[in-house]
This record gives sequence, structure tokens and C-alpha cells, in this order.
Amino acid sequence: MFDTLSERLTQVFSSLRGKGRLSAADIDATAREIRIALLEADVALPVVRAFIARVKERAGGEEVSGALNPAQQVIKIVHDELIDVLGGETRRLRFAKVPPTVIMLAGLQGSGKTTLAGKLALWLREQGNTPMLVAADLQRPNAVQQLQIVGERAGVPVYAPEPGNGVGDPVAVARQSLEEAQRRQQNMVIIDTAGRLGIDEEMMRQAVGIRDAVQPDEILFVVDAMIGQDAVATAQAFLDGVGYDGVVLTKLDGDARGGAALSITQLTGRPIMFASAGEKLEDFDVFHPDRMASRILDMGDMLTLIEQAEKAFDEDQTAALADRLVSGEGFTLEDFVEQIQMVRKLGPIGNLLGMLPGAGKNKELLSQVNDKDLDRATAIVQSMTPEERRNPKIVNGSRRARIAGGSGVTPGQVGALIQNFQEGQKQMRQLMGGGLGNIPGMPPGMRRAANKAVKGKKPKKKHPGGDPRRAAARAVGNGAPAGDEVPGNGRAGGVGGGLPEGFSNQDMAETLAALQKGGLPGGLGGLPGLGTPDSNVPAAFRAPGNKRRKKK
Amino acid sequence: METLILIIVLAVFFVAVVTEMGWLLLVRPRRRRRGEPPEVIVSPPEAPGEPELRTPGRDAAEAAQAVITPTAPPRAPEQRTPAPPAAPEIEKPPPSAGRLVRLRERLSRSQSSVGSVLLGLLSRDRLDDDTWDEIEEVLITADVGVVPARQMVDDLRTKVKVLGARGVDEVRALLRTELITQIGEDMDRSLHTERHEGLPGVVLMVGVNGTGKTTTVGKLARVLVGDGKTVLLGAADTFRAAAADQLQTWGERVGARTVRADRDGADPASVAFEAVREGADLGVDVVLVDTAGRLHTKTGLMDELGKVKRVIEKRAPVGEVLLVLDAITGQNGLRQARVFAEVVDITGIVLTKLDGTAKGGIVIAVQRELGVPVKLVGLGEGPDDLAPFDPATFVDAILTA
Repeated sequence: MFDTLSERLTQVFSSLRGKGRLSAADIDATAREIRIALLEADVALPVVRAFIARVKERAGGEEVSGALNPAQQVIKIVHDELIDVLGGETRRLRFAKVPPTVIMLAGLQGSGKTTLAGKLALWLREQGNTPMLVAADLQRPNAVQQLQIVGERAGVPVYAPEPGNGVGDPVAVARQSLEEAQRRQQNMVIIDTAGRLGIDEEMMRQAVGIRDAVQPDEILFVVDAMIGQDAVATAQAFLDGVGYDGVVLTKLDGDARGGAALSITQLTGRPIMFASAGEKLEDFDVFHPDRMASRILDMGDMLTLIEQAEKAFDEDQTAALADRLVSGEGFTLEDFVEQIQMVRKLGPIGNLLGMLPGAGKNKELLSQVNDKDLDRATAIVQSMTPEERRNPKIVNGSRRARIAGGSGVTPGQVGALIQNFQEGQKQMRQLMGGGLGNIPGMPPGMRRAANKAVKGKKPKKKHPGGDPRRAAARAVGNGAPAGDEVPGNGRAGGVGGGLPEGFSNQDMAETLAALQKGGLPGGLGGLPGLGTPDSNVPAAFRAPGNKRRKKK
Repeated sequence: METLILIIVLAVFFVAVVTEMGWLLLVRPRRRRRGEPPEVIVSPPEAPGEPELRTPGRDAAEAAQAVITPTAPPRAPEQRTPAPPAAPEIEKPPPSAGRLVRLRERLSRSQSSVGSVLLGLLSRDRLDDDTWDEIEEVLITADVGVVPARQMVDDLRTKVKVLGARGVDEVRALLRTELITQIGEDMDRSLHTERHEGLPGVVLMVGVNGTGKTTTVGKLARVLVGDGKTVLLGAADTFRAAAADQLQTWGERVGARTVRADRDGADPASVAFEAVREGADLGVDVVLVDTAGRLHTKTGLMDELGKVKRVIEKRAPVGEVLLVLDAITGQNGLRQARVFAEVVDITGIVLTKLDGTAKGGIVIAVQRELGVPVKLVGLGEGPDDLAPFDPATFVDAILTA
């Protein structure tokens, strides 16, 4: 649909080459592109303005014009600034000196307060607290029942003295709940309130009434990640109305880029404390500013992808599959289908590919990738005999016809699949065998964008004892704007290999590069930094031997 | 950990390889299909892909198991109804007409309306570049989106130049026309809820979580009952806790029966089927089917939604598939609409919660991109705050608020 910021900026800066210096017009053009990118991500306009003013200052400096790839440098600045704003002040929940600790949830209708109450309760319970849910949403039909069910699922008690549906006084319920919590010896109370509009004075007064009655230790403002420009007005209205100490971003499992997060933190100075992504009660976590920053910039979110994959994939299965791949036994159609199925679990394939850094420039292509195609491929393979799957070469005309009949496609499609598969297999072997090789046509900028997407993220799985190479990576990364590449040991990268001309899967290579450089251990052979103007620092290499460390 | 990464990467690589290169060959038939309406894409895989999508007979049997109408078998609502429906039925008479006018007063609660700001800007003595930029920004603030906003500004600019329009009234008229054009006046915005060959009209409500589907079903039921139709509700939201209860509460207020599953997590398609079957048997005019909120990024859930629609169609054609969009939604609304349109071929949009400060500008983009008209708007929390959409009235409300 739209180009990514990365591409746009590359365009802006393409004229810069040779000039060596940014003109005022260049900076304005840059600012305009950043502005559009942020607006597309639903960052509120006033926030965009303020934000751009800051970025502009830095973008005009030596830092950018001196960089080998100014476009990427600007993106890095924007990204860093985003993280600064988003993660400016992170803190934990405040606990009351005298229990119960009271947490009050407030937000618009449909932002996900009731569900969040359950998630928060479960999260707190798992940390050894004894939360109690309080049904103070007496407005929406059957909100009380919903909370009761949610509470049951989370395994926490629910205090719901009033039936709801417009009956009962939420302020009274909230007040009584404190005594109830003391009596039951619950150390935390989570009050679910009715959804309300920022401009609804009456409802706001009610929220204030609840607040004054219970004196909450934390008021959390629950907001939907897909909220648009109105985020600012709403956030301000709630801040003026009831006030809040922290923000919770919900529905992050969608593909909204969530610019609201930036709008709200920048405007109110209140930190985003939690992120909720998913329909299950466990889908709840503290907020990661770095990921959000990448998301707002549409830079691909490998870490989230990996986490999703971790949830969806069976570890033993993947390990076995990986072993087969690495041992060079070859990759059969069976493995292929297995993989397709695993990938399918991660959501629509277009989405998934979109999460990869650098996906932007292949948007056209990606939009053609259809889940149905994958299903059809699966069907074709499943219509083969085990023998055929292991050795597709034996598929002759009559076998093809049979397979086509079994999977509801034409024999030509079966043939095409097999042919493509073999082609892919060949390339895979080259990839595995020769490291990533010198991949033709891989633009330096893209690769660095990929690096950056991951670089900002601290590797979550740290090796005990630390990895000196990674430490070096950080040091170098901080020092030299151009390179997060590190000198490393291990196998030399770029050995032989090389994908055939015209093979357009640079994105994959970038991803691999990103993964490796991002400090994620192990993986595929070495990584080259050959033949690109910006690779003034040797590339990082990781020995495949690292793989063994996986189980820990 | 790293094996995992390896796997993902390779998997995606493979997908890419296959889809990118080979699929082009394979795709040829699909390509050809592209020109045709989207249903074609939705329906064929059903045959090979979902054998258990079975015959109506089995479906009915299964549905019979899964679906009971527990708390309220036929008698119950009838006994209970006399009291509640009495009230709503009185308010009915002005159901469709005129409701949208209320929007004006609702919008006036939020101090800064798009309309007045725009008018203020356009009535300036000199319309210089800065003013035009400001106008564009106002539109962007209304979630119209960068590209459509820019286009609107360009249009306006040209017109102002060509017509040499001055004066508040002239400018207002110009702005009004422009907004109406953008929203699109020539679209069919009527709800297709008529009975059809002896079968009830079926309305399927879809959307992401928390946009107000259940509430809209409830309000729509009131509108329809007010119009003198008989309505049956199908609670195919079997996922969210207490969703069926919520719907039933709405139904009881207007004396509409609610068909629901006997347990959480039942197959929504079977509940929907059962609702339509029962609606047909009872001879009601309209069956409203509420579905669970689902993010458009969840393949499994979207497939499920496709199935709900297909299964309903085994019994009766689906007259309307309404996508419920929260007026506060930003640019993501477009993606939502696109995916839902692909899966269930939406026929209309319900824009809810328009009474906040939200401007709902995203519908302009959605209508432009997908050609799906806004058919209903939700104006507030009151049970009768659901109005048929009319571009002219809507624009007037924005401009005068």
C-alpha cells in the first residue's frame, strides 16, 4: 500500500550522494517523509509536529551528512527518539504500604477493560499476589457476568454485589470492595469500570467518585492500539477527568501500528506500563518501547515474530527439522509441508512476511502471496505417496495426474510445484553450504535497516557469562554509527555460494543478517559484508557450532 | 532458540521461494479469477478443503446438539416480554427517519468540530499555502488519512481558484459539496433485510474486538422491531464471556428471541445455522447474527468467520454483512475493512461511537478503497441511538455543530 519510511528516505537522500551536505530543502523533505510515516501510523498530529522538530535538529547535524548512508542514519535517529519518548520512564506497579493495593481501570468503551482486568489479575496472581476483581461496570449489559467468567478463568475471586445492566451504584460497589478485600485478605483489588467517553461529563464524575472513594494506588488508562488521531483528545480528557498513572495498550496482536502509544506518552508523560496482545488471559506483558518504535516505523518486528513462533511451534519438532536441514540430508516435501503448516499457525502469510525487515519494498509481491496458495501446496503434497514426497523425481505423467486428481488441481500445477520445490531446494543447499555468500543486488541500506530493526532490541535470551563478541558488538554499535558489525571468529563468511543472478530473495538474506547481527546466537554460517560501501567493519560471523547452546 | 530462528527463516524463505517464483506459474488460474468477484475465491476451497463442512442434514444434527436455547425456550421470552417491550415499542415510530439529526447535538458536546474549524480556515481573507496546510491537517486529525486529505485539499483549492469563491456561505457550500462527494452520495445505503423466497433476511455482524457488534445488533433489532418486523437474534459470539447474555438482554427488551449455544466455545457456525433455521421455521422477517470480535490478522478466526457465512448460506442467503467500525479507529480501519471484505464480502459499514470526539474520517478512505457504503451510524449509548446514514445530513451535522 504505502512505502515504508525507509524507502522514502532513501529516495530523499539519493540526491545527496556526492553533495556531502544536507541542504535546508533536504531536511525539509526528510521531515515531510517522517511526518507522513508517523501520521500513517496514527501518531497524533500535534505530537508529530513536536517530534519532528526534535528529529529535524538532529538530522541537520554532522551525524547525518557525515554518515555513509544518511537515510538509514535518519531512521536510526527517529527510532532512537521514539524509544526515548516511549520508554522515557518505565516503572513497576506501585504497591500500597497497607494492603490492599487498589488498581482502577478506566477507558473508552470497547478498549478491552474487562478482559484486561482478567489478564492483569492472572499476571499478578502468578507473581504471588492475591488479587480480587471488582465489577464496577454496571452500565453495559452483562459486563458483570463477563467479569465473573473472566475471574473464574483467571482463578481469582470476583466481587460483584450488584447485577449490573444499569442497576446499582458503582461508587458504592468500589467502596465496599475494599472492606471485602480486607476481610478476604486479598492484597490487591482491581476495579473494572464502565467504558466512558472523554467528553461525557456525567460519566467522568462517576469515575471521579469511584476514584475518591477508593483512593487507588494506580489508575490505568486502557487504550486500544488501533485508535486514531483522537488518541490525544481522549487521553487528555481522561487525564483531566480522572487522571491516571500509567497506560495499557491493548489489541497489539492486530496489525495497527499503534502510533497512539507515542501520542499518549508524549502528551501526558504517563508511561505505557503493559501491553496486551491476544485473546487468551496469558497474552499480557510489560511494554517494550523498542518494539513499539519499530512497529510505528513499520520496520519489521522480528522479535515479536520469533516470540509468536516460539508459542506456536513445537520445540522438538523444530529441532529435528533443523538438524535435518543442517546435516544436509536434504529438505523433503514432507518437511516443506510441515513448515508451511507451522508458518500458517503464525497468522496470515502476508502479515508474517510483512514483519520481516525490508518487506516493504516487496509489498506488491507480498500482496500476491495468499494463504490459499499455501493450502493448495499442502494439499498437493498430501496427495503424494510417501515415496513421492521423499523423492519427487519419480513423479511421472500418470503420477502427476493422480496427485492432481487427489488435490483438486491440474497436473500442470503439480509439476510446477515440484519444479519450484527442487529449485528452492537447490538454493537452500547453496545457502546452507556456502554461508550467505555474496548476495548480488543486496543494497547496503536495506541491510543496515535490517540490522537496526533488531539492534535496538536487547537480546532477550542472554547467554550466561555473556558473549564477548556481542559485548563488542554493542560497543562498536554505539561508537560507530555506520556499523553494528563486529569482528568475530568462526567460519569465514561469504564463502562461495552466492545466489544465482536475478534471484530476488534478498529479504531473506537480510533477515538472516539481521538475526545474526542482532546478537541472536548461532544460526547460519557466516555473514558477509562484502562489496558494499558501508561495510567498513568486518562482518560478524557465527559458527554453526553455537547451535548446541540452544537447550538451556 | 537459534534452531527456531533458523526454522522460521527457512520456512519463510521457502514460502517466499515457492510463492514468488513458482507460484507465478501456479497462480495463472488464480490470476484469471482475480477479475471476478471475491466470493469465487472464498467458495471453491470449501469443497476440497473442508470436507466436514458437510451436508445440511449433518449440520442440523450437530447444531441440534450444540445449540439449545437454554434459559429461554420459546415460552420464557414471551412471558417476560410484555413488560419490557412495551416501553421500546412506543419509541419506535421515528425509527429510521430523522435520527441522524441528533448527531448535531451530540457533536456539539465536543468543542472543536472539524466542520467549524474548516469553515473558519476557509473563510480567511487570504488562502495561502499555510492555510491550505492547516486545512489538510484538520482533515488528517479527523483520521481521513494523509493521501485522501491531500486530495481533498487539492480539489478544494482548485475549486476555490476556479470559482473565485469568497464569502462564508459560498465557501461553506463548496466545502459541503466536497465532503459529500468524498463520502459518496450515489451509494445504495439501504439495508437489505427483506424476506426472500419465504426465507428471512439475514444480517451478519462482523468486526474486530470491542467495536460494538453486540450492541449494534441489539439496537438494530430495536429499529427493525420498530419498523414492524419480527426479529430473531443469533448469538454466534461463543467466545467472549457473557456475550450471549448481553445479546439476550437486548433481545428480551424488544421481545426478540435469542438462539444461543448451550456452552461457551461452541461452533459459531452451528449456532448461526441454527438461528437461521429457527428463524425460517418461525417465519420471522429478519435474523440478526452476532459474531465474536476477531482481529483481522488471525487467520484461524477469519476462516471461522468465512465458515459461519457459508454455513448460513446453506439455509438462507445472507442479505447483509455489516462491518462494525469504531469511529475512533485510525488508519488500521482500512486494513480491517480490506481483510473482512476478502473473507466475507462485506456489504456495508456500521460506524459506531460517533458521539465521542472521534470524527470517523477513516470511512472516507474505506469507502473510496473498497466501495463499501456506510449504512448505519451509532450515535451514543442510548438504545435508540442507531441511525441510518445519510451523507447530506451527516455533513450538515458536521458543519453546523
